Amino acid sequence: MPAREGVYGLLAEFETPGDLVRAAQQARQDGRRRRDCYTPYPVEEAAEAIGFHRNKVPLLTLIGGLMGGTAMFLLQVWVSVLAYPLNIAGRPMYSWPAFIVPTYEWTILWAGLSAAFGMLALNGLPALYHPLFNAPNFRDGATTDKFFLCLEALDPKFDRAETKAYLEKFKPNSIVEVEY
Amino acid sequence: MATKEVKPADHWVDPATGEYRVIAPGQTFRSITEKIVRIVLTPHTPMGWFALFTVAGGGATMLMVALTWLFLKGVGIWAITQPVAWGFAIINFVWWIGIGHAGTLISAILLLFKQGWRNSISRFAEAMTIFAVACAGLFPVIHVGRPWLGYWLLPLPFTMNVWPQFRSPLMWDVFAVSTYATISVVFWYIGMVPDFGTMRDRAQSRFAQYFYGLLSVGWRGSVRHWMRYETASLLLAGLATPLVLSVHTVISFDFAVAVLPGWHTTIFPPYFVAGAIYSGFAMVLTLAIPLRKFYHLESLVTERHIDNMGKVMLVTGFIVAYGYGMEAFMAWYSADHWEAFAFWNRAFGPMGWSYWTLIACNLVIPLTTLWSRKLRTNIAYMFFISIVVNTGMWFERFVIVVTSLYRDFLPSSWGTYRATKWDYATFVGTLGFFTVLFLLFVRFLPMIPMNEIRMILPQAKIKPKATVEAGD
Repeated sequence: MPAREGVYGLLAEFETPGDLVRAAQQARQDGRRRRDCYTPYPVEEAAEAIGFHRNKVPLLTLIGGLMGGTAMFLLQVWVSVLAYPLNIAGRPMYSWPAFIVPTYEWTILWAGLSAAFGMLALNGLPALYHPLFNAPNFRDGATTDKFFLCLEALDPKFDRAETKAYLEKFKPNSIVEVEY
Repeated sequence: MATKEVKPADHWVDPATGEYRVIAPGQTFRSITEKIVRIVLTPHTPMGWFALFTVAGGGATMLMVALTWLFLKGVGIWAITQPVAWGFAIINFVWWIGIGHAGTLISAILLLFKQGWRNSISRFAEAMTIFAVACAGLFPVIHVGRPWLGYWLLPLPFTMNVWPQFRSPLMWDVFAVSTYATISVVFWYIGMVPDFGTMRDRAQSRFAQYFYGLLSVGWRGSVRHWMRYETASLLLAGLATPLVLSVHTVISFDFAVAVLPGWHTTIFPPYFVAGAIYSGFAMVLTLAIPLRKFYHLESLVTERHIDNMGKVMLVTGFIVAYGYGMEAFMAWYSADHWEAFAFWNRAFGPMGWSYWTLIACNLVIPLTTLWSRKLRTNIAYMFFISIVVNTGMWFERFVIVVTSLYRDFLPSSWGTYRATKWDYATFVGTLGFFTVLFLLFVRFLPMIPMNEIRMILPQAKIKPKATVEAGD
């Protein structure tokens, strides 16, 4: 990503999740499109408030699981029928019921890996740098006990003075300008 | 439940529900964060930790010595021979894997059932799972005799063009256990990512900031991230649930698929899974009771947790009892001479003492006393019970493996089994190895999931807009 300069956004700090949710709902209704909330634990209502309803993690998990299971089943068939056929007491080569257990395990394995690493990838993690960590109060609160709403500078409605005045209305603990 | 046992003035009892509280009242987001983070980020390691680490390290060293001697001399240093060709290695493998199951049960199945009380104990139960699977995984590898050829178990293209036999339960085991280990580690790590973010932000030293910063992969608590994270956690829990049930099922196939009296029964899969959960909860208690005392976590791991774990053990104990009963019944009802002899030999043969130890430890002592809430919330008694059940479950595997093998179809080939000092050294060594890993975990990683505890605090409830405005 090219290096950016200037303001990333305005960060308002709230004391309770309720205050954050109400501010986020209002910001959404007022058409502030580039916004995000930061909380020390999952606050579902905040996600609803900023209009984030569904995500692609379940789809990735499904695809991963199907691919893992198919791969394992085909591998076993190939090994047992073509690559290394073993005749043990005349049992059929293509003895598919015996192949179900590894197929089942690999379905779970690859579905689980897809869920975990797909989630991280969709979140854009690992990220070595993010401008929000420049805010002096962010690291003390966002992962402990404070609730943040960030209105980003990329929003067409963003204007330093106007947005700051707008955020004041929600009576946050503080409003901080975040630099890139 | 009998509420009259509970004194109404007791602040541990929630007046609204009459139940023990999950966590002590009067906690804030910051206070619980400080409490958990302080254990790890303090520069002062308690002396007790060093003392225990020294003892456990001695055990782990003994394991290294035993393994070195094993690799030099071969599996002949163990007591395994004909007719008992499967000895301590398999007993310990099944025992350790079973212990791991409670961790997955607490972190996955209880999450799906929305059991809020699991939050305080889920992290270290998961850690216990991973370390138990690490100890378990060691045994099949060293048991093959030439562990440097262990990769033959995997379907890899190598020059001899030999491929594994996928119709064998031992092969299924490879996939079940390796999947279980991988998914457990991933679930555990993903669960810790937000807490690593907290540790990074609370750390004072530069090194700790880098260390936890890297582990946190740059977690910043965006609600979009949280929602994907929650979805992924639920999916992982949903995947781990059938996985945990399948692992001990597949392990029981190692026995049940063999045509051997005492092993060849259809009750084995459910009975193995219930036994695994039974011993796993016992191990969680063995670990949790000293930990909460030592680190003063009584406000987070409360009597409610101990009580609930006692109830789970009571239920799984009865499933195990049903399994034992079914074995005895089928020995009679099958009208099979060999089956009946195998059972008679188990209970009244020369190794009958092991069967009666198992009955005493798994059925008589716990299942008669765990009914009482007074005893379930008596910490010393629950610690005692946890040791008893762990012993009993080890003997269950001993009975299954050894007493089914030492007197087979032909009396001329009957033998016995007497474990050697190397068998004991390896087993005690894994106990030391497990404790070392667990102590390192307690010292360097957040042992209680902070983000999940924050969710169950009363402050996390969002009041609807109308009530707030009415109050203004």
